[in-house]
This record gives sequence, C-alpha cells and structure tokens, in this order.
Amino acid sequence: MVEKLYIDALAEAIREEFERDENVFMMGEDIGIYGGAFGVTKGMYPKYKDKLIETPISEASIVGAAVGAALVGMRPIVEIMFADFMMDAMEWIVNQAAKLRYMTGGQLKVPLVIRAPMGSGTGAAAQHSQSLPAMFAHIPGLKVVMPATPYDVKGLLKSAVRDDNPVIFLEHKLLYWTKGEVPEGDYTVPLGKAAVKKEGKDITIIAGSIMVPRSIEAAQKLKEEGIDAEVIDIRSLVPMDTETIINSVIKTGRAIIVEDDNKNNGWGAEVLSKLIESDAFDYLDYPIQRLAGKDVPIPYNPQLERAAVPQVEDIIHTVKAIFNKE
Amino acid sequence: MELSKEKLLWMYKKMVQIRQFELKVDELFKKNMIWGTCHLYVGEEATAVGACAALDSTDYITSTHRGHGHTIAKGADLKRMMAELLGKETGYCKGRGGSMHIVDVSTGNLGANGIVAGGIPIATGAALASKLRNDGRVTVCFFGDGAANTGAFHESLNMAGIWKLPAIYICENNLYGMSNPVSKSTAVKDIATRAVSYNIPGEIVDGNDVLEVYEVVKKAVERARKGEGATLIESKTYRWLGHSKSDPRVYRTREEEEEWKKKDPIKRLGERLLSENVATQQELNQIEEEVAKEIEEAYQFAINSPDPKVEDLAKYVYA
Ligand SMILES: Cc1ncc(C[n+]2csc(CCOP(=O)(O)OP(=O)(O)O)c2C)c(N)n1
Ligand SMILES: [Mg+2]
Repeated sequence: MVEKLYIDALAEAIREEFERDENVFMMGEDIGIYGGAFGVTKGMYPKYKDKLIETPISEASIVGAAVGAALVGMRPIVEIMFADFMMDAMEWIVNQAAKLRYMTGGQLKVPLVIRAPMGSGTGAAAQHSQSLPAMFAHIPGLKVVMPATPYDVKGLLKSAVRDDNPVIFLEHKLLYWTKGEVPEGDYTVPLGKAAVKKEGKDITIIAGSIMVPRSIEAAQKLKEEGIDAEVIDIRSLVPMDTETIINSVIKTGRAIIVEDDNKNNGWGAEVLSKLIESDAFDYLDYPIQRLAGKDVPIPYNPQLERAAVPQVEDIIHTVKAIFNKE
Repeated sequence: MELSKEKLLWMYKKMVQIRQFELKVDELFKKNMIWGTCHLYVGEEATAVGACAALDSTDYITSTHRGHGHTIAKGADLKRMMAELLGKETGYCKGRGGSMHIVDVSTGNLGANGIVAGGIPIATGAALASKLRNDGRVTVCFFGDGAANTGAFHESLNMAGIWKLPAIYICENNLYGMSNPVSKSTAVKDIATRAVSYNIPGEIVDGNDVLEVYEVVKKAVERARKGEGATLIESKTYRWLGHSKSDPRVYRTREEEEEWKKKDPIKRLGERLLSENVATQQELNQIEEEVAKEIEEAYQFAINSPDPKVEDLAKYVYA
C-alpha cells in the first residue's frame, strides 16, 4: 500500500464520490481556483468546476441550501472553512437537517455531509480553533465522525456521502499533513465502528481525532517503561461503538479517555458513563480518568495554546500516575 | 483645502503608521516571529483614516479580521498592538487574542473580529445603546465586501433603518473576499445600492482618497448625531498583499495589482499636500522618519515584553 497524506486521501475520496454518483457535489467558500482554505480541493478546479459550487460568505444559507438540495435528491458535501463558522449555520444543522426525517414521519431524508477543519495548534486563536464534536453529538438525528488517519478519512468520507443522514465530519487541522497507508480505489469504513489502533493488555486509551496519534506515541513510550497500553480510536461519536470499548476495558481493567475538546460536558463523559453502566464496571482496577482540553477559549500565545489541550507528555503522565498509585 | 494643516498631517501620519506597521508585521511573519495568521491592510489605509478623522475619541468603531488599520486610526498604541501580535502579556489582549482580536476600549474600539460580519450586529447594538442613552455618540462599523453577503448584514441594516440608529456602516470593497471576486459573490454591482432596502442613504466613495472618505463620513456622522439615522458607505479600494499569510493570489493578475498600486492613498495625499503648499517634502520625510522610529520602538517593546504565564491560562474566562 502507498503512503498518502490525510489531505490527499480526503481529496481522493471526494473526487471518487464525484465520479461515482452524479448527485454528489460540493458547496463552500473559496473551494474553486483557490482550492479551499486548507487546500482540500486544490487542483480539482477546473476539471470539477460543475461540482464545486463556490459560495459567498453565507454559512447559514450554504447549509440551509444544502439541506434543500438534499431533500430533493442531491447528496451535497458542504465545506465550512473552519468548524467555528458552523455556529452561523446552527439553525439549519440542528433545527432543520437533524429533525426533518423524524418530524415528517420518515417522509424526508437529508443525505448531507458537512465537513470542517477543527482544533487548535496553529495560533489561530479563539474563533478559529475550537473542537466542538460533543455539541453536535448531543443532537438526535446527526451522525458525528472525526477520522484520525488517512485510511479512515477516505473510507469514512465515502460512507458519510453514501449515508442517508446528515453527517458532521470533523477534520483536525494538524492531521491534514500526517501520512499513512491508503489503498487505491474504492473502499469504505463504516460509520459507528471504533478501531483498535494498537493492542495492549494493561490499560485502554480511548482517543479521538488528533488525540489518536498522540495516544499511540504515548503508548509507544509507555511500552519502554513496561506499561502495555491499548489505543482505541473512537472514530465515530454517533453512532458510538460501545462494544469495542467495553470489551477492551474488560480485558485491561483500566481506562483513560483523551479528548481534544474542552472537558466540561465533553464526549469523554459519555464514553465514561457508557463504561460504568456496563459490565466493564466490574472489571475496573482503577477509576476511569479523563484527559481533555482546559475549559477555556483557545488562547493565541503559543505556550498557553499548547497548555490548553492534552499533549503526549500529559497522556504519559496520566497513565503513569494510575500505575504508581496502585 | 478647508482642513487645518494639523488635521491633514495627522491623516498623513496615521496612514504612514498603518503602512509601516503592516510592512513590519509582514517582515516578522516571514521570519516566523508571529504565530497564527494575519490579514494586512496595506493599500486600504485611506478608508480607516478618513473615517476615524471624522469621529470623536468617544465614538465607537467595530473592526474586522483585517483590523490593524482601523485600530491604529482610532488611536491605538503601536507598542501594545505589536506586543499582542507577539503574544505578550503587555499586548492589548494580554497575548490571548492575537491579530484578529485586538480591542482598545480606551479609544472606543470595540474590537477586531475573527468572524466575518461578527462586528455588524455588535456595532448595531452599540448604536442602539447610544440612542437609548441619548449619549450623542456614533458608531462606525467597518466590514468587507464579503461580509455584506451575510444574513447578519441584512438583519442589522434593517434594524438600523427602522430604529434610525446613529450608525455608519462602511463597507470596504477591496474587490475580493479571500479569493472570491465581488462580481461572483454579489448580485449587485455597487453594494451601496442595497441601502434602498433599508431606507437609509447609500454612498460610494473612492476609498483611496482619504479626503473624500473623510467628507462623506463626516456628513454621515452629522446626520447620525442629529438623530437622522444610519448611512451605508461603500469605499472602493484594494488590498495590495495576499488575503492572509500564504496566499499565492492565483485569482487575480499582477497587472491588476500594479494598476491599483498607482492609486496609492499615501502618495496621493502627499502629492496634494505638496501641490497645494500645505506641507514641504521635508515635513513629509520627517513624518516617515518619526514613524519608522515609532515602529522600531514598538517592536523593541514587544520583543522585550514577557509572555503570559501558563498558570494564568484560565484567567479572564469569566468576568
Ligand atoms: C463566518 C466566517 N466565514 C468565513 C471566514 C473566513 N474568512 C476570513 S476573511 C474572509 C474574507 C472576507 O472578505 P471581506 O469581507 O471582503 O474582507 P477582506 O478580507 O476583503 O478585507 C473569509 C472568507 C470567517 N472568518 N468567518
Ligand atoms: Mg474584501
């Protein structure tokens, strides 16, 4: 298999979906000749110019119009330039896209993907750095995924496009230029399946998005210190693959949850509650720990920004503290 | 010219400050000394300066992601601005905000904004407060051509229209919102024509002529202070540099850029001051030199300032 960048694997998925289904198209700001703020659609123009609907700066109506197109049979992919700007479109995400199927007794469906880069680490400060997957995961009717590897981003984007529900597709900015193996051609990764990214027997690290590579790196270092950690990539918050997580914790007896977004009411609390409501509770040798972002807007200063979200050393420290305290 | 020499030289100096500040920021950016991103105002100086020249120090402004020019024109301290860009504790936002979030309460500047059109409803609210309190202040709301296509623009200008708010909405039409030309993003040719929908006056000004901007904004300010309501002013201008740090500018031609550079607002005012014998070349040179010194001082102040303390990460989340 060849190694590809995350951003290239994502672009490949988009191009292949354009080719596969004439109803798939994309809407967003600066996605034409400019290639999108992060370069995801770079080089697609002019070949796919009929597929790339470049919009004014009008997030509310971009999403609203995509909902309308989806209702009548199209399968839009919306690119929101930064996930923060989805806040302008919340009405059409939460009150419209998420509810139209249910409210109409199953008459309507909204096959829509809203993709957006999220997360801190680029110095873009409070209004361009948020990770808000938990906010969307709270809304019945939305699916929420956050692929962490090039393989997953290609396979999950395809599943998201082919799914008949609105899917919130969150890409951490720092992942775009990471590399990994990606097969040529068509394959999918199912929505709602977690993945064991590294096997281990002593503790389960449940991570999402950018925290997956950080947790794998931490696990490799912990191995040198005699702690064999299993790393689970949650991949999809809704639906959530509780089975894989519960089975792992039954095996290891210990768990930490590592989140990029801030802690208060974050998705890790949901994972934690699923675990303690399950059989895994009886197998726990130590209270489940959560490591998440600080409850602050993302600051500009680089040292403060770094301190606002978990780093590899924080994961190592938290895991070691569990073993030292036993 | 009717304006005093003092006022004219103030305008000249402010534009030079903005130009030199931005070029210094560009230099620091290229040396990786500034983190994140920033959007420079080079070429558009006349709009901020002409507008702020028509305001009192107690009047409000709201600014944008491209906010350094507005902030300097309203009277901000270059040292604290530069310190903010370097993420220092001595910066306007104590290093928490960076380029897109500079606020200077002391000069009535309610702030830059990372969200396109974020400032438009905020300006509307400040103007509403002035009306409710009858405090005689006006609010100038700066925003781009791109921002004029948001729902917030429409909702706010309608409110300003129905409530006759003391607000001046200044659309800086620099022909592009990022890569998107106005001809492709905007259904009308002149954004000012939208004023009809809000039953307020709409004016078009040459945004590279600081005196014209000043005259038109001044009239709008007078109307607003008299309780006659809001004005929409479209200032036609051009940003000389890329949209933000890494913009190869594939969406426009180098020829177009050169044409606009011929309309350099600083050179234009300078030539007028000389031809009308308001100032000598020596005086203008002296301003350039003074400003160069101020910029260097700002840089030294910033670079020698402390970073915020990591233990203070959670400070300022709540009031
Ligand atoms: C709600 C929102 N959408 C998109 C962006 C990204 N963005 C930042 S500046 C910009 C272009 C703004 O164009 P305009 O209003 O014309 O201002 P200019 O940059 O030309 O000064 C865009 C799309 C943003 N910051 N906020
Ligand atoms: Mg513009």
